[in-house]
Amino acid sequence: MAETEKMVFDGKLDINYKYASGKVTGKFYDEIEENKKIFGIKCSKCNTVYVPPRQTCGPCFTTMEEWVEVQPTGVVTNYTIVNYAEPLIQPMEPPYAQALIKLEGADTPFIHLIGEVDVEKVKIGMKVEAVFAEEKTGNILNIKYFKPVE
Amino acid sequence: MKKVGIIAVEQTKFEAARVESGFSDLVFETSGPAVKKAGLTRDDIDQIVTASQDFWDGRTISNFAVSEACGSYLKPESKVAMDAAMAVFYGLARILSGAYKTGLVTTHCKMSQGPQNVIYNAVFDPMYQRQLGLDFVNAHAFQARAYMEKYGVGPEQWAEVTVKNKKNALKNPKAMDGRELTIDDVMNSPMLADPIKELDCMPVSDGSATIIMAEEETAKKLCDKPVWIKGFATYMDNYYFGDRDLAEVGALEKSAKRAYKMAGITDPKKEIDVVELTEFFSYQEPMWAEGLGLCDRGKGGDLIKDNISTQDGSLPINASGGVLAGNPHTVAGMVRVIEACNQLTGDAGEYQKDGAKTAVVQSTTGPCGQSQCVMVLSTD
Amino acid sequence: MGRKVAIVGTGQTKHKARHSDMNIVELINQAVNRCLENAELTINDIDAILIGNMEHFEGINLSDMWASDASGALGRCGMKITTGGSTGTSLSSAAYYYTASGLFDTVLCVGWQKQNEGDTTAGLVSATDPIWERASFAGAFGTFGGAATQYMMETGLTPEDAAKVAVKNKRHGRLNPYAHLHLDISVDDVLRSPMLAYPIRMLDLCPASEGACAMIMTHEDNVKKVTDKPAWISASVCRHDSAFTGDPPFFLDLRTLRSAAKEAYATADIKDPMKDLDIIELYEPVTWAELSFLEALGIGEGGKVGELLAQGVTSIEGSLPVNLSGGVLCTNPIGATAMCRVAEAAIQIRGEGGERQANHKVNTALATGYGGNWWSDLLILKSSL
Ligand SMILES: [Zn+2]
Repeated sequence: MAETEKMVFDGKLDINYKYASGKVTGKFYDEIEENKKIFGIKCSKCNTVYVPPRQTCGPCFTTMEEWVEVQPTGVVTNYTIVNYAEPLIQPMEPPYAQALIKLEGADTPFIHLIGEVDVEKVKIGMKVEAVFAEEKTGNILNIKYFKPVE
Repeated sequence: MKKVGIIAVEQTKFEAARVESGFSDLVFETSGPAVKKAGLTRDDIDQIVTASQDFWDGRTISNFAVSEACGSYLKPESKVAMDAAMAVFYGLARILSGAYKTGLVTTHCKMSQGPQNVIYNAVFDPMYQRQLGLDFVNAHAFQARAYMEKYGVGPEQWAEVTVKNKKNALKNPKAMDGRELTIDDVMNSPMLADPIKELDCMPVSDGSATIIMAEEETAKKLCDKPVWIKGFATYMDNYYFGDRDLAEVGALEKSAKRAYKMAGITDPKKEIDVVELTEFFSYQEPMWAEGLGLCDRGKGGDLIKDNISTQDGSLPINASGGVLAGNPHTVAGMVRVIEACNQLTGDAGEYQKDGAKTAVVQSTTGPCGQSQCVMVLSTD
Repeated sequence: MGRKVAIVGTGQTKHKARHSDMNIVELINQAVNRCLENAELTINDIDAILIGNMEHFEGINLSDMWASDASGALGRCGMKITTGGSTGTSLSSAAYYYTASGLFDTVLCVGWQKQNEGDTTAGLVSATDPIWERASFAGAFGTFGGAATQYMMETGLTPEDAAKVAVKNKRHGRLNPYAHLHLDISVDDVLRSPMLAYPIRMLDLCPASEGACAMIMTHEDNVKKVTDKPAWISASVCRHDSAFTGDPPFFLDLRTLRSAAKEAYATADIKDPMKDLDIIELYEPVTWAELSFLEALGIGEGGKVGELLAQGVTSIEGSLPVNLSGGVLCTNPIGATAMCRVAEAAIQIRGEGGERQANHKVNTALATGYGGNWWSDLLILKSSL
């Protein structure tokens, strides 16, 4: 009997999604898009100021309502330089820097990109500031990236 | 806790791409032999738990595909959409509830069939993270760096893990990627996302694994050497990386503490004979070992140097070659269970640890070890 | 046997086409909080959180991870169980087994779906075999159409009989503030609604909803401290079927449900389901399914189920009301849909059904889940064990 041919079938899941942001994320984006301001949200029980803001403080299981404006400047607390290409998902051409950034006034760092920088020079403790997108993107790239502060 | 024993185990040979086998073929390759090894037929299996992921399978209701292959048609089956060690936990709970006497737990994944980075990008929430290009490798780079910064550990120590585990795998006929490497080979492999290099990462692989378990009396009747599940615990950590200290392993420490307590282990360093843990990346082996209380925090890297965690060491970790030798997502934790069982029943072949009586298994689901689980297995 | 287990709290969101004011995790959080409130417990009383949905419907991989803050899983055992349409009953059974096993004392399970954030049919088609079936599988409608045609031919039941199911369940649904569709329809309305896949018309079919449903279970030694109206789990049975959509016998005889009912009736000491059950919450994705599935439960077999329906036996005024919640025909957030059945059964036993509360005392309630490839789950709840 002839050897059976091993076949590979092509398939693709191609589904468009429309995510409701909810009120908390909605306000976060409104403030960025309309006022170029970044807001965190504060837990009334443990006083943690969360950036990015979300409705529930996980450890306390409280619903947060108190908005706190934080500065568009902060420090890099962790980073990585991405050296490989994955065009379907990557927002920049590699090599580029991804970082955890703790904004002044926030208690939690959050993940974003570092732009306008020689990636070799990115380090922990580096001061950075937000560069806002010129046009609404409808997602976290409303902040285009963070750039080093002189 | 009443006793539940694992009475048969089976895993595929893991390969980079099993083009000739669909999901059901892969599952049947382990479920069939496992049922036979247990001396049972499909009729004797009271319940089935599967573990698979719709995203990795590119298939909604991914357990749908394997009904015949795992014998679950017209039987009580359920799917745990996490690492398969959590499916073992559910199988255990179902037996402890008194509703069932036996159970088959099976898992499959074919990483070769989909774009891994794109699949993992969907783990990140669409509100704040997904558009930033996060994927499996670059997300874990944050944890590797946090660990490095806080505990002064580093890539050279992690390279030793890769060298050790790939070498261990040379003795394991089921492992995919056994080979002799040098520290330099690892250090010179392409930098993917600083500090993670290509040889720090698990390879892409396809395969499946199955275990059969039974309550005490049935287990004793069917099997000369049942492996008893003496402890099991699982805890969840924070999702957003900025909400937790990525260098810490709180969920793992809590899981270990509770599992050890259930199993009556007071000094893990002395009472455990072998460890199989889920190191998707080389840095995770020392990190998880510390979380399991096998050494002090930050000292996980010394376990190889001190000849403790090596294949012939006093407390071998991943003597099988571990995940770095090639086990897919979701299946990885089940393979750890199987390797631990083989050590306890004396079936670990060339990498058998003599007289192993107590084994600890760790597995994890989610980015940077968000959900952790620890299982204590013993022949006592 | 393990420990006895009871449902001591339920909570759900309003189910509707679109929750544009809440994101996924906020929706989950609302159901969890309402459930805790109903049980008069706090998250600190909960040992484990079991959660599930259908991942491709929202395109979130490992969705339990993102939800960990909002679901309460953070710092606890968090586990995801997903089995398609039956996810909600799979979670209910898992919560029962974990509690009965002694591994956890008090477990919260939550099922959810935001179906209109994605594309239900696209998400569902990928459930079928990519090589043999995916190109020709027409989502749920097509399968149900063929199945209903065959059932109609064999039993002599007509589209009018099926339409009466829609009228009854929509009437019940109007009494349920959480139900998605609040429609006042007649048999004629159903028969004149657009034909989707013969003989299934628009009003024969369930909607696509967004919503979440949660329940809390605890073990016998704890129950009295929590509530004086527990809904005890008396039986929990599951049957799955084959991997190819053409293999099971469809509506003609839902063999998974028939087999599950046989075991559950024996466990729960149900000798005559017509007499021994007080209400049924049935997972009926289309009108025809309610007729066929009741037969598989041993109720109105041989096509007599049409008469029971016509006589009002299964209406709120009848002796064995079916789907007082309005059923799946009114509400269908898939990952939560099957749990809504179990929760409604518990609500009726706890006497919390408000306007939709059965007229007679509910001591024994049966709930089913349906999903995958003609799979069935069946739970029987009782006011005392
Ligand atoms: Zn707080």
